[in-house]
Amino acid sequence: MADTAVSHDIPSVYEPSVFGTYSKKIGMWLFLMSDSLTFGALLYAYTYSRISTANFLGQTPFHSESIVNATIMTAFLLTSSLTMVLAVRASVQKDAKMQTIWLLATMLCGAGFVVLHGREWTNLIASGLTLPMFPASPGGEANADFARITKDVPLFASTFFTLTGMHMLHVTLGIVYLGVVALRRKFIPILLGLWLVAWLATPSYSPFHYGAHVLLLAAVVCGIILWLKPKVYDSSDVEVAGLYWHFVDLVWMFIFPLVYLMSARILPT
Amino acid sequence: MDETQIALAERVAEEQRHHKMAQFFWVWGALLLLTGIEVYLTYQNMAPAKMLTILMGLSLIKAALIIGFFMHLRYEISLMKWVTMSSVVGCLLLMTIFFLWDAARVVTLGVK
Repeated sequence: MADTAVSHDIPSVYEPSVFGTYSKKIGMWLFLMSDSLTFGALLYAYTYSRISTANFLGQTPFHSESIVNATIMTAFLLTSSLTMVLAVRASVQKDAKMQTIWLLATMLCGAGFVVLHGREWTNLIASGLTLPMFPASPGGEANADFARITKDVPLFASTFFTLTGMHMLHVTLGIVYLGVVALRRKFIPILLGLWLVAWLATPSYSPFHYGAHVLLLAAVVCGIILWLKPKVYDSSDVEVAGLYWHFVDLVWMFIFPLVYLMSARILPT
Repeated sequence: MDETQIALAERVAEEQRHHKMAQFFWVWGALLLLTGIEVYLTYQNMAPAKMLTILMGLSLIKAALIIGFFMHLRYEISLMKWVTMSSVVGCLLLMTIFFLWDAARVVTLGVK
């Protein structure tokens, strides 16, 4: 096992990287490059379905309430990127207290984003913009526009929920990642508590009722990792976690205008 | 991490110790401002193609700010910058070639 290696005076057999940085960071960049292609493909799928749908602009779904909500979500993500970079700064200055505070602030902003996004999804589903796989929401007042969009432009709902759902999943896992870096083992019971709250507080017809189990799965995976490889995360770990977090922010910078702003109700028909 | 990796991580951390805090706040402010401009433009009743071009242009500027300053790519060595960015852009261009070809056909023939 890698952890059983003992320290010695033998110089490393590996030459320094030609990229001038450590391998963990290069590994994260490689992952982000591959992930950018996933999101790129989803954005292209969304755009293509939009182009190939007749009179799409006559059916644009988002009213100003949605645009305001998405703008606040964007502000949350941008602010989280600022707090993340401040966490990286604190970590290289070996200020453990500030590092934890900034990481927790980042997680809080990320959680704000997820909560707002979840609320928006819930409202959209209740209003009639939904997928066949989502259970019908009882008591919701169906909006005629959304019902028509779901019927006439089914690809919109499919690509919208896939794209934003994939992004929401990335943000959620990012929060878990930062929680592990900031609090290590102490984060596991918190994560389990969050899972219980998310599971029990959402009605059974909500997609988040079952989606909450992602947190349980994350708790199990994090538990195994922290048990197999317990360590104090240093500045390089915080920086690598930061790269992931900024990437999630970066992707939203394209989803926000393409999905929300280009579908604002104000556009001419 | 082995000694080489630790030395590299330490060197990177040392470089980052000189980054000014104010710079991050300026970048954050610029990103919020650009977002505000995007939302403002949404309500200006522009032609969709023109609006899409402007919004994507602004998004690319925002992406460059995030990658350059927040992800610190600006401070990496040239090889790292070129390899990461050119490979992502190259792959996205490949997607665009297929997308544009078919999308142009859809637009030219008209959506039925």
